[in-house]
Amino acid sequence: MKLVIAAGPPSAGKTAVIRQIIGQMRDRLAIAYMKIDVVRAFEDEELAAEFGIPTKKIYSGDLCPDHAGIMVMSDAIAWAEEHAADLLIVESAGLCLRCSPYTTQSLGIVVLSAVSGTNTPLKMGAMLALADIAVVTRIDLVSQAEKEVFRERIREVSAALDIVETNAVQGTGMRYLLRAINAFPEIENPESIVLRGAPPLGVCTICIGKKEIGWQQHFGVIRKLEGADYLYRGD
Amino acid sequence: MCPEAIREITILPGRNKQGEPERFDAITIRPGETISIVGPTGSGKSALVNDIEIFAQNDTVTGRTVLVNGRQPPEEFVRDPAQKPVALITQHTKCLADLMVREFLLMHLRSRKIEDETVVQRTIDLANEFTGEKIRGDMKMTSLSGGQTRSLMVADAIVISNTPIILLDEVESAGIFKGRVIETLKRYGKAVIFVTHDPLVSLLSKRRIVMRDGSVEKVIEPGDSEREALDEAIRLDDIICRMRERIRAGETFTAPVSA
Ligand SMILES: Nc1nc2c(ncn2[C@@H]2O[C@H](COP(=O)(O)OP(=O)(O)OP(=O)(O)O)[C@@H](O)[C@H]2O)c(=O)[nH]1
Ligand SMILES: Nc1ncnc2c1ncn2[C@@H]1O[C@H](COP(=O)(O)OP(=O)(O)OP(=O)(O)O)[C@@H](O)[C@H]1O
Ligand SMILES: [Mg+2]
Ligand SMILES: [Mg+2]
Ligand SMILES: [Zn+2]
Repeated sequence: MKLVIAAGPPSAGKTAVIRQIIGQMRDRLAIAYMKIDVVRAFEDEELAAEFGIPTKKIYSGDLCPDHAGIMVMSDAIAWAEEHAADLLIVESAGLCLRCSPYTTQSLGIVVLSAVSGTNTPLKMGAMLALADIAVVTRIDLVSQAEKEVFRERIREVSAALDIVETNAVQGTGMRYLLRAINAFPEIENPESIVLRGAPPLGVCTICIGKKEIGWQQHFGVIRKLEGADYLYRGD
Repeated sequence: MCPEAIREITILPGRNKQGEPERFDAITIRPGETISIVGPTGSGKSALVNDIEIFAQNDTVTGRTVLVNGRQPPEEFVRDPAQKPVALITQHTKCLADLMVREFLLMHLRSRKIEDETVVQRTIDLANEFTGEKIRGDMKMTSLSGGQTRSLMVADAIVISNTPIILLDEVESAGIFKGRVIETLKRYGKAVIFVTHDPLVSLLSKRRIVMRDGSVEKVIEPGDSEREALDEAIRLDDIICRMRERIRAGETFTAPVSA
């Protein structure tokens, strides 16, 4: 079985891209789909109804969705294999811009919208830098010049990233993404899958529910306003 | 810049919205030609230019195939913006780049690996020939009007992208001097494909592709037979243009309007 992990900001077009993948590959492959979201998600029901494939969702609640995803990933692989899937697609809500959900032995797809502002790629950190392919959606709404400028911004973050531009509703340009999925190897050994990046330190007393404001009230990873630049960064 | 010069682009038929095969053999487009695509709303005009833009290989809703010099084009034509021979100015262009005009054009230069920064001013100057509302380098892209944005994008496609083929999806829809755009494009020897609802733009093109129900219904090559209609369209367009300018300037029309 192959594993594809798609991440990207809310409404970037992740599900639209995944719909295209499923629509164009389901003749040849048995596909399973899982959505990881924070509070509400509907994709599992929609995609199950539309394509008749096994789907699942999990809510991460107060936990970072990427952390939640990692926690359940091995169960998810077992679940998809029980359904005899050839391809498991995981869509992450991708709200936490510090983490990234990609693992080893998976194809990491980051989905960005071309109309989300020229600086978006610079703000996305690991979610972009650790991906294998960037899929740029809503290409139908921008001009050639804007496409090129957006692409240049992505290259600034990660020069080697493969970029696919698409109108995800119509499916234009998807041939390159499908080819990358086709060429990608199957999971070799689920037990040896690990997270690609080191997730940032996320533990402080605010995380465990202390609400007082001011760094004096807290311990763990703390910062003052003065010099409040990065105290720690993951990969 | 391109790995091979474009001699021609060939569109091979796909299917209409009912899945029935299209009824043309092939449409061939060469540099310097002007073609318009006309038809009712929803008839598949944008879909056709999109097929050309991405060099469809039977992998879009229409099932069409687009060849370059008779062959499937090299992948760089589609994927490497610096080698892509087509520039599409879409129907919905609203530039969302949070940049000044000058910065935006500079970024575009960089992505095209062009060193000569005087190109930026040349692009702005050309854009200003297309629109009545002056564009300056220190304006925010987001503050440009629809007409200014489209003018700038067309100028950008000519000067910076400098592609042999330009696709314009409804150039007339905003405050832009379409006659001047067409003249300039001809002067630069571009192959231009207009999606249009505008009689003047249609009549100014050498060929007209008529769309219906998702497919190419027919291709008209009028030659000189529409000369009179074209003259009439030019005359009417001139009147409309002047009326538009006067309305914008707050004038009233109590005396008859002359041609
Ligand atoms: N015009 C256009 N619309 C698009 C494109 N991609 C997605 N959309 C639309 O954008 C909206 C959001 O897309 P989704 O695929 O649901 O986005 P998502 O990233 O899955 O969103 P969440 O999972 O809710 O974070 C939908 O209405 C899509 O139809 C595109 O390339 N062009
Ligand atoms: N051959 C086809 N087969 C299936 N669907 C098609 C075909 N051609 C066009 N469509 C679909 O029909 C819809 C309308 O087409 P399109 O947007 O190209 O129309 P248009 O002529 O540009 O309309 P407008 O004048 O309103 O811009 C689109 O969703 C498009 O994907
Ligand atoms: Mg979604
Ligand atoms: Mg259209
Ligand atoms: Zn996180």
